[in-house]
Amino acid sequence: MLIETERIGPNLIVRVDGELDLVTSPLFREKVENKLNQYEIIKHLILDLKKVNFIDSSGLGAILGRFKRLSQQGGRLSAVNVSPQVRRIFELSGLLKIMEIYNDRQQALNS
Amino acid sequence: MVDNYIKYEFPSLPQNVGLARTVTAAFAAQLEFNLAEIEEIRVAVSEAVSNCVIHGYSGKTGIVQLELAVIKDALVITIRDFGKGIADIVQAKQATFSTDPERMGLGLVFMESFMDRLEILSKPGEGTTVIMKKHPERGFANVGISRNC
Repeated sequence: MLIETERIGPNLIVRVDGELDLVTSPLFREKVENKLNQYEIIKHLILDLKKVNFIDSSGLGAILGRFKRLSQQGGRLSAVNVSPQVRRIFELSGLLKIMEIYNDRQQALNS
Repeated sequence: MVDNYIKYEFPSLPQNVGLARTVTAAFAAQLEFNLAEIEEIRVAVSEAVSNCVIHGYSGKTGIVQLELAVIKDALVITIRDFGKGIADIVQAKQATFSTDPERMGLGLVFMESFMDRLEILSKPGEGTTVIMKKHPERGFANVGISRNC
């Protein structure tokens, strides 16, 4: 799995490449937490999930954990390039209630 | 009658969760599941094996058994650990019930939603067995005729 982060102003874009499960979720958590610690001005976490071909409740837990932290700082959470399969998992879990889905990065950045 | 089966045993290491998903998806391919159904099966197995690793053995390493069978056009998945067991299965099945703040408590919800049948047998101190069953909507694959032809 590969995780790439890019900060654009108050936005943190996190591109995840691979499967988000029990093995990879701690890596995701650590990488995003480091960035949130490094840049306190981040108010918008944008997950680019174009290359995510699998997610389960471990992955959802890692995403939810970051949202909890961000929302305490007045921030929000978005996802882009979400496959139908991942979207279904988001729907079932109720995560769509706290997360906006956009078609691409630009749309999320403009939101 | 069991038409076909395979049995695996592996230590409860996180990296074996992905292996269990892959093995199950490959075994399930002999039934005519569509791609969405295979994805559902992958999630259900991932949750069940993750539970063995996280809850069954709580970070210690124990044995996980994965049994896959085709019984009367259905896929039957049995996942067993010999860990600490579940004290209250009804409570464990509730969405958002989790013993860990970093987790969502959705594992059992996904297993129940994605499979036709979910049975959990558990005794504190003896371990947990999860039996899941799923029928493909379309029935059996055409044996002997490759779909790649």
